[in-house]
This record gives sequence, C-alpha cells and structure tokens, in this order.
Amino acid sequence: MAKILIFPSNSLILSDLVARFGHEPLTLMRVIRRKITEVGIDSPPINVTPEDPKRGLKYAAVDVPSGVRGRMALLDPLIEEAEAAIIVHEADYSFGCMGCARTNELVKYIVRNKDIPRLELTYPTNDDEAREFVRKIRDFCESLTHKAEVPA
Amino acid sequence: MVSDEITKMVVLADSSPILPSELALRAYELSTDAVVKETCFGLIVTGSESEVNETIEELRRLDPSGIFVKDRGFPPGDSRRCRAVRGGGPRPGFHQLEKESAILPSISHGLETIDEPLDAKEPKKREKLKIDRFIEIIEEQSKEDVNG
Repeated sequence: MAKILIFPSNSLILSDLVARFGHEPLTLMRVIRRKITEVGIDSPPINVTPEDPKRGLKYAAVDVPSGVRGRMALLDPLIEEAEAAIIVHEADYSFGCMGCARTNELVKYIVRNKDIPRLELTYPTNDDEAREFVRKIRDFCESLTHKAEVPA
Repeated sequence: MVSDEITKMVVLADSSPILPSELALRAYELSTDAVVKETCFGLIVTGSESEVNETIEELRRLDPSGIFVKDRGFPPGDSRRCRAVRGGGPRPGFHQLEKESAILPSISHGLETIDEPLDAKEPKKREKLKIDRFIEIIEEQSKEDVNG
C-alpha cells in the first residue's frame, strides 16, 4: 500500500478513489485533526508550534507572504511522506486568495520535482470523462501495487 | 499524544437510491460504539479508527458505487465549525463538498462502467477562444447594446 499525495488535498473524490483502489490517501484533514486534537498543542486557533514556521521556510523564503508559508507548514508532512501523487487541475473549489493560488502552484512544482510516480488529470465534466478519470486513477493505483510487489 | 478518535464523512451521490436516513438506520443497527450524525449529504461517523472503518465498510455495501467517504479533521458539532454556534452561513468546507457532490453521479457511473470499452471517438478537446474572435464578440455585443 503506497501513500499517495492527492491534490486538491481535501478532495472527497480523490481520497475515496485512492482508498477504494487499495492505497492510503494523504489528505489535509488528517493534518488538521492532529492540529486540533493533539494534547500539548496550544488551544486552537493559537496552535502554531515553533516547528511550523521552520517547515514553511523549507519551501519559501522569509519574504514570501506568511499565508503561503503557513499553508506549506501544513502540507509539509504530506509532501515528505508521499510515495506517489495524483494532481487534478481545474478544481474550481481550490480557487482562492493569492496565498491559496501561490501555495497551489508551489505544491504542484514541488511534487513535479520530486522523484515519485505522478498522475495529472483534469476534473471530469460528464459521464464519459468521469469514466476515463476513474479508469486512469485505477490503472495508476494498480501500477503502484505491481511496482511494490516486484522485488528490488 | 494524539486523540485516537477519527471522524469520517459519508457522502451519497445524488444518483444513489439510498437516503441519509437509511444509512443512519443501518449504522444504528450495526451497534458499534461509533457516534453517527445524520446530515443532508449523508453521515458523519466518529469513533475509534477500527469502529469507524468497520461501520463504513458495512455502509458501503448498501451502494458500493454511490457512497463516497473522506476523512474530516473536526469532530461533529465542533464549535469552530458548527453553524449553530457560528451564527449561520455555510460551514467552512461546504462549498468544496457542494462542488464535488455535483459530479458524484458521474463518478458513480464511471465506477459502475469502469470495465466497459470506451467509445472509439476521440474526446472533444476544449479549445481556447482565439483573441480575434473574442474581439469580434465584444464588438458585436457592444453594437447590440448601443442599438438597444
């Protein structure tokens, strides 16, 4: 079972399909859960730990808006753990402020530069596209399973 | 130490013949210790990881291709998310769910027909509008507006 980074990282469809085809989706919701339930972290919303800015600074310089670095601090554990990635373009709901837009670009850039298997798709708009979408994700997940079975 | 409770959202596709109330009834029948909350889109299930997964596994059997599941960070009724406390308005995350719910019937259809051969015809590529044509449209439109 591979850990697959999905983008948009809170996607219902991607997280469901990856889990359905036997892999572990790396989603933002898990990071958020840790942030709001972990004992020892200050009460939300003042739950920024000293580690968070350091994580953000791994990806963006100090003069980059804090919104980007803050988001990267949350996404860092997912990027670090990722063994494969599925990126979906044209997700209307990932549209947002410049912090969101630049973070989205940065995540895609980092994933592309990481030496991991990657599948890039666009959101389907009709039944035929949806079938193609599901099929590509299934084939990608199966290829990862077969890869894991082959001894190094 | 992280709390070992997890929360998952069970979302029904519009095309599914199952209702959220039927899902909730089935979840109660299972009598696990997971807490179940019925919502307009399906259910929110909270509890230990094994119980939540077991409950969801059983619920999926009702309609394997029409039930979708994702993790949720906040537990149900959390005052930072619950609309009852925040004075109304859409819950953060609602718009994302609404947008994806719209294409769930297509994804559900895709899952059902995944092994059927695809049509031989090439899928239509969405081409960008040429700038010259765009200028023409603007001019046509502005003339129409002037003529009233």
